[in-house]
Amino acid sequence: MNDASAQPEIHHLAPPHSFIRKHVFSLDHKVIGLQYYGLALAAVFIGMVLSWLMRLHLGWASLPIPGLQHFSQNGAPGGVITPEYYLSLMTMHGTIMIFFVLTNAPFSGFGNYFLPIQIGAEDMAFPRFNMMSFWTTFVAFLVLIAALFVHDGPPISGWTAYPTLSSIGKDAGPGEAMGQNLWAVSIALFCIGQLLGSLNFIATTLDLRTKGMTLARMPLSTWAWFITACIGLLAFADLLPATILLILDRTAGTSFFNPAGLVVSDTLQPHSGGSPLLWQHLFWFFGHPEVYIAIVPGLGIISHILPAFIRKPLLGGMRVMIGCMIAIGFLSYMVWGHHMFVSGMNPFSAILFSVPTLIITIPNTVAVLIWLGSIYGANLRFTSASLFCLGFISVFISGGISGFFLAQPAIDTYLHATYFVVAHFHFVMAVAAIFGIFAATYFWMPKMIGRMMNETLGKWHFWLTFIGVYCIFMPMHYLGLAGNVRRYAAFTDNFLLPLIPVHKFITVAALLTGAAQFIFLYNLFHTRWWGPKAPDNPWEATSLEWSTTSPPPFDNFGGKHPVVYQDAYEYGAEGPQDYVMQTTPGKASAT
Amino acid sequence: MGKVFAVLLVIITLVSVYPIIAHTWWPPPTISTTGPGVDGQMNETMIETGILFLSSQLILAGFVWAFGGRRGKIKHWPGGHKPVVAFGIIIVGLEVLSLSFVGSKVWAAMYMAAPNANAVHVDVQAEQFAFFFRYAGPDGVFGGIHPEKISDATGNYFGLDPENDVAARDDIVVGSLTIPVNTPILLTLHTKDVIHNFYVPELRIQQDIVPGLDIPLHFTATKTGRYEIVCTQLCGLGHYSMRAFLEVMSQSDYDSWLKQQSGD
Amino acid sequence: MASTTYPPAGPAANPGVAIPGPRAWPGARAATTPKMAATQTGMWVCVCAIFMSFAAFVSALVVREGSSTDWQHLELPRVLYFNTLVLMASSYTLEGCRRRFAIATRPDTETGGAARVSPLPWLYATIMLGGVFVTGQCLAWRTLAAHGFYLATNPSSSFFYVLTAMHGLHLLGGMAGLIYMARRLARSVTSMQASALSATAVYWHFMGLLWIFLFLVMAIRL
Repeated sequence: MNDASAQPEIHHLAPPHSFIRKHVFSLDHKVIGLQYYGLALAAVFIGMVLSWLMRLHLGWASLPIPGLQHFSQNGAPGGVITPEYYLSLMTMHGTIMIFFVLTNAPFSGFGNYFLPIQIGAEDMAFPRFNMMSFWTTFVAFLVLIAALFVHDGPPISGWTAYPTLSSIGKDAGPGEAMGQNLWAVSIALFCIGQLLGSLNFIATTLDLRTKGMTLARMPLSTWAWFITACIGLLAFADLLPATILLILDRTAGTSFFNPAGLVVSDTLQPHSGGSPLLWQHLFWFFGHPEVYIAIVPGLGIISHILPAFIRKPLLGGMRVMIGCMIAIGFLSYMVWGHHMFVSGMNPFSAILFSVPTLIITIPNTVAVLIWLGSIYGANLRFTSASLFCLGFISVFISGGISGFFLAQPAIDTYLHATYFVVAHFHFVMAVAAIFGIFAATYFWMPKMIGRMMNETLGKWHFWLTFIGVYCIFMPMHYLGLAGNVRRYAAFTDNFLLPLIPVHKFITVAALLTGAAQFIFLYNLFHTRWWGPKAPDNPWEATSLEWSTTSPPPFDNFGGKHPVVYQDAYEYGAEGPQDYVMQTTPGKASAT
Repeated sequence: MGKVFAVLLVIITLVSVYPIIAHTWWPPPTISTTGPGVDGQMNETMIETGILFLSSQLILAGFVWAFGGRRGKIKHWPGGHKPVVAFGIIIVGLEVLSLSFVGSKVWAAMYMAAPNANAVHVDVQAEQFAFFFRYAGPDGVFGGIHPEKISDATGNYFGLDPENDVAARDDIVVGSLTIPVNTPILLTLHTKDVIHNFYVPELRIQQDIVPGLDIPLHFTATKTGRYEIVCTQLCGLGHYSMRAFLEVMSQSDYDSWLKQQSGD
Repeated sequence: MASTTYPPAGPAANPGVAIPGPRAWPGARAATTPKMAATQTGMWVCVCAIFMSFAAFVSALVVREGSSTDWQHLELPRVLYFNTLVLMASSYTLEGCRRRFAIATRPDTETGGAARVSPLPWLYATIMLGGVFVTGQCLAWRTLAAHGFYLATNPSSSFFYVLTAMHGLHLLGGMAGLIYMARRLARSVTSMQASALSATAVYWHFMGLLWIFLFLVMAIRL
């Protein structure tokens, strides 16, 4: 194949034949993407069950949960969750959700599947590294889950694992022995998996684009995955050293984070000179970009899906949205100290960090305004995917608004570590990012498994979830305003007692909304085996993934390489068909 | 479908905003000299973000209502993207600039201003899972802290060494923070084990207490009464129950209390 | 419209003509296929990530030193100076290897040049020097241990062990890459390996530069 569009080298690998090679140790980015998605699906259900247990305990602290004592004799004797077990559940909930759901699904899952296809490539640049990255992540997940089963229980220090609670060992509390070690090893492995993944995404985007696929013609979802990979490369490269230092403090007697003079459980600890704040700086230098890693793919995915259902490109075309995502990615590295306003660091730094934190609201606001302005004058179509896009816009606004408060140190001095913070990050992560995953699933599942999902079930899933998440997380803002401190296993302080009814309401809402997710799960499984066959382009969309079969063949385009002539979102064309696919030759009609 | 979405969103938006306007769940009245600054900042932010929240959600609802299910010629936002982007940058930019400018002053007054020279000093020791407070006693000097002498079993929470340290002999260690009203207070926060936090919602002030550091925190309480001091930094299984009381007394009551403590 | 597509239509489609690319050693066969380009890009991405992780370690060192009262000055074992020279020499030999590889694979010398100008001995020299370096680092560790400085003895010694161990681990990875290249070159010297060799060289030189950076940091601050 000697013509200029040939890419002879990537798939000199022949299509696999054995079951193991096809479905287990696969080099195919599509299989790997689905494996990541499957891992995220398992993780989100475990994380959700953990949250139900937490919410039940918060609403009804002495309620025995039948059967729980068999799962953890120490943690829930007689089925009643102990305060330390509550903290363990909370730590595992946060860790599982942030790492194994929000980093996995939108980025590693959909990104692995669709980035090569959207740029017209046969596979990722390094298929072996890709396979290694998934299996490393899988092992990391197993190591983390193992913490649920060790004798002393999972760690209790939160997903943030602040020393010295996390760095002394078992004297600090239950779960702080083997549980915390497993946590740290799991996170270290996860970092390695993510770094390999980012490597693949960046090299593939820069070097494997097909003929005619300029950077400006790449879909916004590809841009988002590319930007996320760049953010992640530096972020996870910072978290890995931090976890190594933590493991050394815990097991080798070093004192990176442990100062002198610690007396824990009446035992003088043998460390000296370390700085707990050092961990916080290292962790949040990773941690803040991490939350943008969780949401930027969602911004890109929504920006990619919405045009197909409003039948017009976004306002401002590619440049404005790409500019917003790049600005967000860049600024995300300058704001980490806003998690540390009252941490004991120099108070002047708080002002320095709050400025870029407030500035980062600007590209986020512009993105929302662009979406809103795009819906004006549109031919808006309602499907499960588009409803979740619209829902995303609403919940992203709600989550972003609380950020304005927390960005200001003078307000954070009251709201820090209250449920206001919990409301903020759940709205943007647990709701908005998850809505992005739902929208992506409803949009792309027909392409991935060749069958259409049930639209009625999808719509019911949307309505119940949309109402449910507002019922769960909007009241948390009010709790925060009333001073409700977070990470409390029970509410015994005088000023908290009147707030318990609100917690009960939230718990009921959480359980009902959780139940509604089984509609989604049922829809997924029903579709997999009994869904109607999907056409190549059910949504009349323009990007390259819709120019191939559902599901795509092994090399994505059936032996030929697509040539790209059009921009990514040529909707609203005149004539019998109101869209022009990227592979259609000729000039696109003016829109 | 679009109309259902729009109506639902309007209801959600209005229901969400109602408790804010009605102050259904609200910060308790402040008892600190710097509290009104914080409250002012919060109210200002509440108004500005409230407008942003209401307008954007209602616009979303309105557009979904108007353009849902439409099959006509595509229209574009008049003026294109430039006015929209400019609006976003300028309006939000001005908003955050003004919030930042005023807010920095409020913050500096609490955390960057030097404590009053005549402040009443109280030493605070946080531990898993209680606060202890130390007054210097009649000699006005705090005894030194010796970590190796700290023992919960004997009640030596600060690791004092009264046998060898004269200054430590008259130090008063109690479980509640008792202070006079309208008097500058300077706390020095220590912890012997993990990170804790000192938080009194009514004072509108909180500060992490970090092992290895001695962190100052100062304020002036303006109302007598009893308030709760809680820990907000996850410190272990008893984190939720780690609480002490702040007793703000009149000057004369405080003086008698102090005399009584010294007499013991 | 300005196009940044790859591969560009035209000469690149004809593998017989060498096109100097921005990332190629002058004279060597450039990255002419997407896979080669991706290998180059991938290596630079790798370098960025590794640099970032060492930046995290070094900033931890700076903060830890700044906030501590118990920092004990660490006298760096003399063998480290020798090790530094060894690593720099290995970069020189690796470049020698690349130069000879470029000559051996030039179109006009492809058939006859390989026998006269072999890159392989220089690659073996590089690997050997790498081994000497790692041995030297172990010697440095033993010297410190003999003076009573172990991992947890003092923060300065902690950082010494952590930084040298992490660098050493990454260097061993680089050596694995060099050994892999040596085995491929031993079988045949063809132009298709230019980008792989170039990428391996980027990694190896980066290890050398990183070592110099770490060495300076340790000499000044430990």
